[in-house]
Amino acid sequence: MTDAMRPPFPAEPGAGVYSNKLGMWVFLASDVMFFTALIGSYIVLRFGMSSAWAAPGTVLNVPLTGINTFLLICSSVSMVKAYAAIADGKKYFLRKVPGKTLQDGGLKFWLLITIICGAAFVGVQIYEYIKLVGHGFTPTGYREGSELAELALADPVKYGAGVAGMYGSTFFTMTGFHGFHVTCGVVSMLYLYFTKVLPEKYSAQDYRGIEVIGLYWHFVDLVWIILFTIVYLV
Amino acid sequence: MKTHDAHHAPMSFWQKYIFSTDHKIIGIQFLFVSLFFLLVGGLLAMQIRWQLGFPGKPMPGGGILPESMVVDGVILPEYYIQLVTMHGTFMVFFAIMPLLVGVYANFLIPLKLGAHDMAFPRINMWSFWLALLAGLIMLAGFFVPDGAPRAGWTMYAPLSARPDLSGATLSQQLWCVSIVVLGLSSVLGSLNYITTVINHRAPGMTWFRMPLSVWALFITAILGVLALPVLQGAAIMLLFDQTIGTHFFDFGAGGQPLLWQHLFWFFGHPEVYILILPAMGMVSDIIANGSRKPIFGYHSMVFAIIGIAFLGWIVWGHHMFMSGMNPTLGSTFMVSTLLIAVPSAIKVFNWLGTMWRGNLHLHVPMLNAIGFVSMFTIGGLSGIFMAATPVDIPIHDTQFIVAHIHYVLFGGSLFALFAAITFWYPKMFGRVMDERLGKIHFWLTFITYNMTFFPMHIIGMGGQMRRIYDPTVYTFLQPQQPVNVFITISAFALFAVQFFFMFNFLWSLKRGQKAPQNPWNDNGLEWSLPNPAPHGNWAPATPIVYRGPYEFSAPEAGDADYLPQTKKLPSDPDPVPATLPGGH
Amino acid sequence: MRWWLPDAGSTFAGPIDTLFLVILIITGIALVIVEVGVVTFVIRYRARPGRKAFYTHGSTRAEVIWTAIPAVTMVALGLVSNHYWVLMKDKNSVPPNAIQMGVHAKQFEWEVSYAGPDGTLGTPDDFTVRNQLHIPVDQPVAVQLTAEDVIHSFFVPEFRVKQDAVPGMNITAWFQATKTGEYEIGCAELCGMGHYRMRGRVFVHTPEEFNTWLAQQAAGGSE
Repeated sequence: MTDAMRPPFPAEPGAGVYSNKLGMWVFLASDVMFFTALIGSYIVLRFGMSSAWAAPGTVLNVPLTGINTFLLICSSVSMVKAYAAIADGKKYFLRKVPGKTLQDGGLKFWLLITIICGAAFVGVQIYEYIKLVGHGFTPTGYREGSELAELALADPVKYGAGVAGMYGSTFFTMTGFHGFHVTCGVVSMLYLYFTKVLPEKYSAQDYRGIEVIGLYWHFVDLVWIILFTIVYLV
Repeated sequence: MKTHDAHHAPMSFWQKYIFSTDHKIIGIQFLFVSLFFLLVGGLLAMQIRWQLGFPGKPMPGGGILPESMVVDGVILPEYYIQLVTMHGTFMVFFAIMPLLVGVYANFLIPLKLGAHDMAFPRINMWSFWLALLAGLIMLAGFFVPDGAPRAGWTMYAPLSARPDLSGATLSQQLWCVSIVVLGLSSVLGSLNYITTVINHRAPGMTWFRMPLSVWALFITAILGVLALPVLQGAAIMLLFDQTIGTHFFDFGAGGQPLLWQHLFWFFGHPEVYILILPAMGMVSDIIANGSRKPIFGYHSMVFAIIGIAFLGWIVWGHHMFMSGMNPTLGSTFMVSTLLIAVPSAIKVFNWLGTMWRGNLHLHVPMLNAIGFVSMFTIGGLSGIFMAATPVDIPIHDTQFIVAHIHYVLFGGSLFALFAAITFWYPKMFGRVMDERLGKIHFWLTFITYNMTFFPMHIIGMGGQMRRIYDPTVYTFLQPQQPVNVFITISAFALFAVQFFFMFNFLWSLKRGQKAPQNPWNDNGLEWSLPNPAPHGNWAPATPIVYRGPYEFSAPEAGDADYLPQTKKLPSDPDPVPATLPGGH
Repeated sequence: MRWWLPDAGSTFAGPIDTLFLVILIITGIALVIVEVGVVTFVIRYRARPGRKAFYTHGSTRAEVIWTAIPAVTMVALGLVSNHYWVLMKDKNSVPPNAIQMGVHAKQFEWEVSYAGPDGTLGTPDDFTVRNQLHIPVDQPVAVQLTAEDVIHSFFVPEFRVKQDAVPGMNITAWFQATKTGEYEIGCAELCGMGHYRMRGRVFVHTPEEFNTWLAQQAAGGSE
């Protein structure tokens, strides 16, 4: 570890990690509690109820969201590659490597991939929301007169008609705030990209910003994996 | 970390005092804003007391309020419940919490640890401005059509989620927004405090040489970082129920009213420990100083703080004993609640042990700190009545609970704040507050405070419910009404007496005696700096710490009865800093 | 002016009031120890020229003692309390012969339903009275608490009975009155503007009076 990334000097032994990283861990702990409130409420409301909610595939587009999940996971992989690249001092975009067909990606390349994948995730989610609302699935339940409302009248059990209000409320709140977190991550990465990555301000001696945003990004991905499982698969 | 040192370009007035990233200035900003909100909370309380003491009588000055609140000088029921709601809200979120944490975590932590500033000075600045924004949003609730929120500071759903049932529309939403913004401010502040305490302690400042004020603020920050987000989540769900029509707390659509209570109190109980732990920590520092003796049982005190914080996560259901939740849960919460009395008791005995065989200097901070001990004890003991679930049945949601709340928050936290403000005033402003005014304030407050709040235990036992506009509606409460009058008059006197503090605080800013460097002969690192402490603290140097924080009357001190943490004696070895090349 | 809990009016009052007194004694002793300690120390150890404080960091023995005694006391208190808590609140503790009544709380009144002549609640011959709870003395009564709109709380001080009424839930609160007379119901959970005037009355009758009243109501009579 280089000097810049050691704990502040001089100081008593602390956490053994530099302050920015420690700060991000603490912030993520708070974010865990935030999602715990939302997800915990969802679990209590859904599984504490007497009547069953609609099975995931009934209203939601599970395959599309599955692809979206894959996209987000890819962005975490590219984030790791970005981190590894700058740890090796590779500030560049792409560079030819003798003896290899594929060029070697540096920080600029891999971070851009992460940003693109993250933005695509948000884009797909917005598309999904538009489609859902179009069909009639809203935060308050099935919109009166909509396609879903008609279907629910015909088959109330399959569509969890009596509890659609709860379904809508929890679905949009949880995924919405997750999407908000992804958006904040994309915006932050864009900001860093233009102010620090392109001007090559990160180096093998100091890449704290990449490591810290990487932690945030992996957290956001992990929350999604949990959400995807308990909302789209269960 | 960049050393925040004197090699800045000269700063403008705006950079230095308004958009400052200096933790000490930020602490002082919090101080002025929070004292303002404390005043707001007090004014609301005066109106509440008017109505309870003289129900239906025109209130002096009532004429200046609009017809929606006061008619012919008489407070309306809908205004009364706004008063109780906003009194609680302002006092908890915008007075006591920021006074203890926003002021003293910011001001003291770097100073007492030997750091130059917080780990993240700019995030620290944001923490203040977000808190101020939150306060202004909350205040706006009084000025919107339909008036302020009125479901109690605890905002129970469904009443809070249904504007058609409560009568408050926009302001209820503003309450939620304000809480979310305040939560962010709190989280940003807390992550600063936690990171600074872990990573920025000067060489020699080991964990068990930290003053108890810092320990308490550190543990409080951990509580904050984990509890506030839960409230934010709940507030967002409530906001959505009110605005976009979600159904989280709407029983008609399958939502659960009790869900709000669980979420709120899961946050709410750690919150009340956030409101007392820093007070306990600072009182420890001050009692050791006033007694000229080490704190009795330092390690026990640290473990008691940690124990309180840990147990504080598993007692929230004691606010819900009557809520209709499963009685078995009531049993489990009763056990954890009774147990949490133990670490608090340990602390009280250790404060007594510190005073025992001391050489007590009864300066104003010491008087207020001793007042804290004696009144927090009453507040804590009254809690045992409620913890025993069968006894909670008659006293839940009565004035007995109100008495308990105020004994711990006013008798406890606020007296600790009077002590702390006086004690660290020289460090903040370079002057001392007037001693005589301080003593008059203490004694008059102590007397009028007990006259105001002790009788509430009695009328609570008699059955007076909380948040009722007119107790005389009930025949069984009518005989107690004279006590309400007594409480009201005492409360007016209590409020008036605070003038002494306000005057002393403001007057001493410019006219107070200039402070010597260490006016209290204290051991803390902060007193090795001039008064007021300069920007960057010791920068570019870092102090070295040789001993614990409470070495008063140590034999090594010789004739002096104190021994600062930074004073090197010939026998003291130098600590090896962690990050010197070749070090750890 | 009463300086204590209200007059005992139910079988719960005895245990609760005794427990209250026990806690008062325990906390009273603790309070006296602390406050006398504070005052004594402030006087006795006041700074005087030439005095020095006694330099000590504490005493493990003292810590153990003042941790163990409160801990043991609290555990004992918990065990005793729980016994009564289960008796008063657990569904299975409701006496099987308890007279069933319904109390539906709404902004801002109590709608009390009585089983009609058939003696069963929830049948067409039930009748409802606003803000009046009529019960016989010395007989267990089980109130099915429901709420229309927001959370209210059914509170009768003399009976030492309090239970929140939550919309969407049906909660049983049982008690047995021990004295005839008239008492009041208060709402103990902020429920809106009219919270303060959500006053009901409780009439504890002799069994004969109660049956007479029931018959009168069923016949369409007024009280």
